[in-house]
Amino acid sequence: MAEYGTQPRMGFFTDTSVCIGCKACEVACKEWNGVPDRGELDLLGSSYDNTGALGSNTWRHVAFVEQPKKFESTVDLGMPDVGAPGQDDPGVRWLMSSDVCKHCTHAACLDVCPTGSLFRTEFGTVVVQQDICNGCGYCVPACPYGVIEKRESDGRAFKCTLCYDRLGAGMEPACAKACPTDSIQFGELDELRERADERVRDLHDSGVPEARLYGHDPDDGVGGDGAFFLLLDEPEVYGLPPDPVVTTHDLPAMWKRAAVTAAGVAAAVAMSFLGRRR
Amino acid sequence: MAECHPVGFQWVMEAKARGAKIIHVDPRFTRTSAVSHVHAALRAGSDIAFLGGLINHVLSEGKDFREYVLAYTNAAAILREDFQDTEDLDGVFSGYDPEKRQYDMTTWEYEGAPTVPAAGSTDPERPGEPGSESQHGGEEHQQTARADTYGSGGAAVAAKPKTDETLQHPRCVYQVLKRHFARYTPELVADVCGLPVEQFREIAEAVTANSGRDRTTAWVYSVGWTHHTVGAQYIRTASILQTLLGNIGRPGGGILALRGHASIQGSTDIPTLFNLLPGYIPMPHAHQHQSLDEFVAADAGKTGFWGNMRSYAVSLLKSYWGDSAQPGNDFRFDYLPRLTGDHGTYATVQKQIEGECKGYFLVGENPAVGSANGKFQRLGLANLDWLVVRDLQLIESATFWKDGPEVETGELKPEEIGTEVFFLPAAAHTEKDGSFTNTQRLLQWHHKAVEPPGDARSDLWFYYHLGRLIRERVGDDPRDAPIRDLTWSYPVEGPTDDPSAESVLAEINGHGPDGPLSAYTQLKDDGSTACGCWIYCGVRADGKNQAANRQPRTEQDWVAKGWAWAWPANRRILYNRASADPDGKPWSERKKLLSWDAEQGKWVGPDVPDFEPTKAPDHEPPEGAKAQDALGGRDPFIMQTDGKAWLYVPAGLADGPLPTHYEPFESPVENALYSQQESPTRQTLESPSNPYNPARSEVYPYVFTTYRLTEHHTAGGMSRTLPYLSELQPEFFCEVSPALAAERGLENGGWATIISARTAIEARVLVTERVKPLKVRGRTIHQIGLPYHWGPNGLTRGDAANDLLSIVMDPNVHIQESKAATCDIRPGRRPRGAALPAMVEEYRRRADG
Amino acid sequence: MVEPAEFKSYYGRPILKEPAWKQPDVPLYLFLGGAAGASATMAALADVTGRPGLARVGKLVASGGSIASVVALIHDLGKPTRFLHMLRVLKPTSPLSVGSWILSPFSGLAAVAAASEVTGKLPAIGRLAGAGAAVLGPAMCTYTAVLLADTATPSWHEAHGTLPVLFAGSALTSAAGAAMLAAPEGEVGPAVRAGLAGAVAELVAEHHLETGLGLVSEPYRTGRAGKLLKAAKALTAAGAGLSVLASRNRVAGALAGAAYLASGLCTRFGVYAAGVESTRDPKYVVIPQRERLTRRAGG
Ligand SMILES: Nc1nc2c(c(=O)[nH]1)N[C@H]1C(S)=C(S)[C@@H](COP(=O)(O)OP(=O)(O)OC[C@H]3O[C@@H](n4cnc5c(=O)[nH]c(N)nc54)[C@H](O)[C@@H]3O)O[C@H]1N2
Ligand SMILES: Nc1nc2c(c(=O)[nH]1)N[C@H]1C(S)=C(S)[C@@H](COP(=O)(O)OP(=O)(O)OC[C@H]3O[C@@H](n4cnc5c(=O)[nH]c(N)nc54)[C@H](O)[C@@H]3O)O[C@H]1N2
Ligand code: SF4
Ligand code: SF4
Ligand code: SF4
Ligand code: SF4
Ligand code: SF4
Ligand SMILES: [Mo]
Repeated sequence: MAEYGTQPRMGFFTDTSVCIGCKACEVACKEWNGVPDRGELDLLGSSYDNTGALGSNTWRHVAFVEQPKKFESTVDLGMPDVGAPGQDDPGVRWLMSSDVCKHCTHAACLDVCPTGSLFRTEFGTVVVQQDICNGCGYCVPACPYGVIEKRESDGRAFKCTLCYDRLGAGMEPACAKACPTDSIQFGELDELRERADERVRDLHDSGVPEARLYGHDPDDGVGGDGAFFLLLDEPEVYGLPPDPVVTTHDLPAMWKRAAVTAAGVAAAVAMSFLGRRR
Repeated sequence: MAECHPVGFQWVMEAKARGAKIIHVDPRFTRTSAVSHVHAALRAGSDIAFLGGLINHVLSEGKDFREYVLAYTNAAAILREDFQDTEDLDGVFSGYDPEKRQYDMTTWEYEGAPTVPAAGSTDPERPGEPGSESQHGGEEHQQTARADTYGSGGAAVAAKPKTDETLQHPRCVYQVLKRHFARYTPELVADVCGLPVEQFREIAEAVTANSGRDRTTAWVYSVGWTHHTVGAQYIRTASILQTLLGNIGRPGGGILALRGHASIQGSTDIPTLFNLLPGYIPMPHAHQHQSLDEFVAADAGKTGFWGNMRSYAVSLLKSYWGDSAQPGNDFRFDYLPRLTGDHGTYATVQKQIEGECKGYFLVGENPAVGSANGKFQRLGLANLDWLVVRDLQLIESATFWKDGPEVETGELKPEEIGTEVFFLPAAAHTEKDGSFTNTQRLLQWHHKAVEPPGDARSDLWFYYHLGRLIRERVGDDPRDAPIRDLTWSYPVEGPTDDPSAESVLAEINGHGPDGPLSAYTQLKDDGSTACGCWIYCGVRADGKNQAANRQPRTEQDWVAKGWAWAWPANRRILYNRASADPDGKPWSERKKLLSWDAEQGKWVGPDVPDFEPTKAPDHEPPEGAKAQDALGGRDPFIMQTDGKAWLYVPAGLADGPLPTHYEPFESPVENALYSQQESPTRQTLESPSNPYNPARSEVYPYVFTTYRLTEHHTAGGMSRTLPYLSELQPEFFCEVSPALAAERGLENGGWATIISARTAIEARVLVTERVKPLKVRGRTIHQIGLPYHWGPNGLTRGDAANDLLSIVMDPNVHIQESKAATCDIRPGRRPRGAALPAMVEEYRRRADG
Repeated sequence: MVEPAEFKSYYGRPILKEPAWKQPDVPLYLFLGGAAGASATMAALADVTGRPGLARVGKLVASGGSIASVVALIHDLGKPTRFLHMLRVLKPTSPLSVGSWILSPFSGLAAVAAASEVTGKLPAIGRLAGAGAAVLGPAMCTYTAVLLADTATPSWHEAHGTLPVLFAGSALTSAAGAAMLAAPEGEVGPAVRAGLAGAVAELVAEHHLETGLGLVSEPYRTGRAGKLLKAAKALTAAGAGLSVLASRNRVAGALAGAAYLASGLCTRFGVYAAGVESTRDPKYVVIPQRERLTRRAGG
């Protein structure tokens, strides 16, 4: 393992344009990390997604989006359509995307954690130390992506560790290892960002104008994600927030406001004692 | 492919990244369609029309790869004058006997070149059908009828046929093909398949533009093409197309069969099939093959590599019976079991129901859920004396007597079922050594990771010790001699006395006087060599387990010969002589693989030549030569007697020398081409428990097709029992289009009942735009998709799609038609108890009345 | 106000997780902490200005409220020992950490002050503790607002300027309410005045929550939260009105006090419910963020 500080930041580039929705990532994650099954067996009726969302027992979640085809292009789209070209029926697209904790540069979960259980590793990832987490649950509403969650049976918070144990042993994360199409690419973040830019350019050139990156920008509201994505539609279509901002961005202002109002309380109480005693 | 072979699909995605165009032909829009360039939605069971349309496009526009076709195929061969096509006879070929529903193939032969009966060819006997009275008599030999009696080569043709190299002769194969497929126009394709004409044209353009000297197109199929009454002919259609386009034996070409279970390829190489011996040597027939000479007679005279059949067979017998097998006793040929008819799985179950088959081993199979017409299966199991189930899980086939659907309806009562069930837990692949043979014929070795838990034992353990105990118990009755004399000793190892899998591999590889063999060309017919499977000979060349080779791809060339071992002889692309032109030069720089190096006097290239390495392109075989010596330097298809790829099959297929579109046995529409509605030679199974839906029935107006989900495996024993997989697809469902949902009042997430003449099942409803109604023959046809993984046991339970299906089969390979059938659908859950058969009966009355 | 415009989502599923805290534990914790904080300050000044009755009530409320608040928090955590993990570190980026470091000493000091008051022992130490609690008291009133606002919960986060004002006001009315209920009527004058100041702040803040935050104001107006907050406003107004009579009329004072306390509860439960609601419907995430993006793109 590299010396502290010399280790480059590691992350994921998830290229959803090659995801085949096999869910190997979901299963591999559970197998490796011993994540419990959800204990529910009900059909959600949302395409082939029966996982629903990320949570304490699902650290990877593959979304399935069925939608009418809409992007018109004279060039080959690289995406198929059902029905006849030239028919009224626009055909369908079936988008699949494997979601995961974003390992934010400015991670709200980590910021608000009162115990220091959530910490940033030498790989630049955000991990819960389970023995320290006290189940206060603060990280849960703090995450702008709705990732981390308290496990009901246990009371503590759980989420993707970016396979901290595997990284420490020089291995790639279980989900990336299992992904047959390399939709999940693991590596040094800088290198991944370059690769992603190139991939978007290629897709644009080959007639997929809707390809876009999500979470790659170090100037976005969370300072860029350690796990970022190539999407083929708006983020909210996949259940992702379009413009997440780390809540602690406003924290200085909040503390200031709290201090001022606290002073107000003090002043109000003091003033109320100023009047003459009756 | 993305659904069922996701790991293999990575290469498709890689090809796509490198610019390959991906076309997906499937009734449903699947995970494969999602990442393909084109999805062609066709009606289940209509692919021959689709592929036939492509062939017609190639032939009518002259887009075939003419040099390849002339040099390497039988396009120029001239047929007999009395051959008549389906085009002449309204849907049947000459030689059809409507009584027996069989062909006499004499008229299909080449002019002046009769076909020779294949080794081991047997009666195409079918239980419960006209003709089955010949079961024990074996009088009416359809000598050349059965495809599965030819091993990996075609039927033998005794002499060189007359040819017309200009391809102009009206009776040459090329012209016959052209006439046969002329009616498969884009408009007909659209009418039969429900595919838009423009889309068909686009695909035809793409396929032909990407074939020829510089480019190759590959076709990939699996059971969407095989589970039909005309499944073998589906593959034939693709073969014709690929051969015309010069896409066989060349890199990037081929017809790639994606196989099923992890080693299902292995289980046909070293077969679990009733009619084959290892290496595609046919199983001898009880009455035709009284001696080894009779058995190999047809092939002994043969040209091509099957001409060495005697060496393969003798070496196999030597490996079975060792020193006991001697020239003087025909190498114990008489010890081999014999066929007396169709002993396929469905025929066997019928024998169970009829009380003839009393005991049954189910080893890694769950027919109560996985085989067509589940009730038929369960009635068979319920009528046995004993049943042994070896499985990882307590599957439905072991518990049918207490929780099968017939128990719920009252049709079976546990206390009245006499079957004694023995359940023996099996070790999984991680708990034993062994090899998997994959789709690419690669033998890949795996090592035991952990000891099996509890009483679980490997199948090798089971069979070895069972055999050992039986041998200990048999006396000196002469009829037990085949058991007494078997070579049956393997070193055992570990805490459970597991036989060494490596020692079995060594036996399969074979040995000669000088130790382990390294190639099947070393096999002899004099008893000096023993080999358990001739095509696997060489897997332990030099006494080393070549299947365990794991050279990383970064350390070798793109052919990757250092990864595992491919049969035969570790060659990766079959018939790769065809990758070079007749003179031995690559067809193009871009597509080069092998070439003839005149200086060195041998074939060179990254792959192992699938050809005699020093046979020059201009080699002409001497008169009267046998086996491979009879093939010239320009005959790449070395398993065929003529070394050619067959566009037309003069013998060997039960259902015709050319593929023809027939409707599935249960179809809602009439055949657009002929008054012959369905395959005339389809194999039906007459039984009260196997009623059929009438074709074009108003009562069963919808098409359904069955398939797999990535999240589950086959009959579910390996996935419905696991929480991580069960939660990913937690309930049995059906996929319907919004239009059908509206027509029948089905709601997304609600329940539906699906009805056929066999039974009714219930499923949750997924309404999806991915399923489209199709315009077929002027009508709107709705298709319903049913994954077939569910059954009554496990964590996620549901009705079994197979309970809905009938048993109707392809006559060549006895596979059931599980990809296209008819049904009705209505909202709500199905009736319970006796009300269920009553409803089904009511439907049946209406359909028949 | 923004119309619930067309927006896209993933099967209408929430994007954010609901706050994981238990109800009523955490809204109670918010309420009790606020009441305790303002009461402690009030008690100290009452001490100084010679209002023993008022001081006594204030000390008891401060200690009782803060201890109950800790109990509510521990109950939410599940295991008592887990509370100790709160004190492993002090993290300014975590309002819960800062809050724990306020709440723990505060409740300790308030308890000492109250014990001394009740037993009459160690009066000096009691007074010192009371002063300490009085200094921390105002922080007790408002840190909980930051606690809620420092989340991605849309209706809380967007309200980060307003919630402290609301919670401060509400803490004042609660403390005043407790005083009017329990303190001798002759001593409640300052409580009445503090209550009035609080009521004004509260009503102004509430109005802003309901109308000033664009789309994310909606949860404050509608549903369970809307009802609770409407009740809170009415109770505050009633309390304020009645409180004017408190110095003269015991019954009016008690009614005013009860109204204030009830209002405080309604406020906390209402705000909590509004936050939860804003995580359930993805429109509260998507639409404002989309607008923000459009604004940014527009320059
Ligand atoms: N995850 C998973 N993988 C598996 C298996 C599994 O159960 N689960 N099973 C393994 C086994 S045993 C096998 S044999 C293979 C099978 O692999 P596949 O053949 O890929 O499996 P299926 O899903 O049965 O069928 C494939 C497709 O055929 C389509 N189809 C149905 N009728 C027709 C038709 O008439 N024409 C055409 N063109 N398509 C049609 C179906 O819609 C379906 O999408 O998969 C193997 N791999
Ligand atoms: N309707 C419909 N029916 C179909 C199909 C379809 O597409 N549609 N597909 C057909 C096809 S292609 C297939 S292959 C069949 C599959 O049908 P089956 O073979 O009947 O079903 P599986 O569930 O694969 O059964 C394999 C069993 O082997 C057990 N097993 C696994 N490993 C071992 C081992 O090492 N030793 C032993 N003894 N047992 C082991 C597993 O637990 C499992 O229960 O289904 C066929 N049926
Ligand atoms: S996505 Fe959420 S849980 Fe993951 S690091 Fe960012 S804030 Fe934390
Ligand atoms: S629940 Fe655990 S990880 Fe989350 S904030 Fe609290 S202590 Fe930290
Ligand atoms: S990185 Fe590891 S923990 Fe995170 S989703 Fe992948 S497998 Fe799970
Ligand atoms: S493993 Fe890869 S291809 Fe499969 S669902 Fe996950 S990301 Fe997609
Ligand atoms: S289950 Fe096994 S055989 Fe099937 S795709 Fe995955 S790795 Fe390959
Ligand atoms: Mo299969």
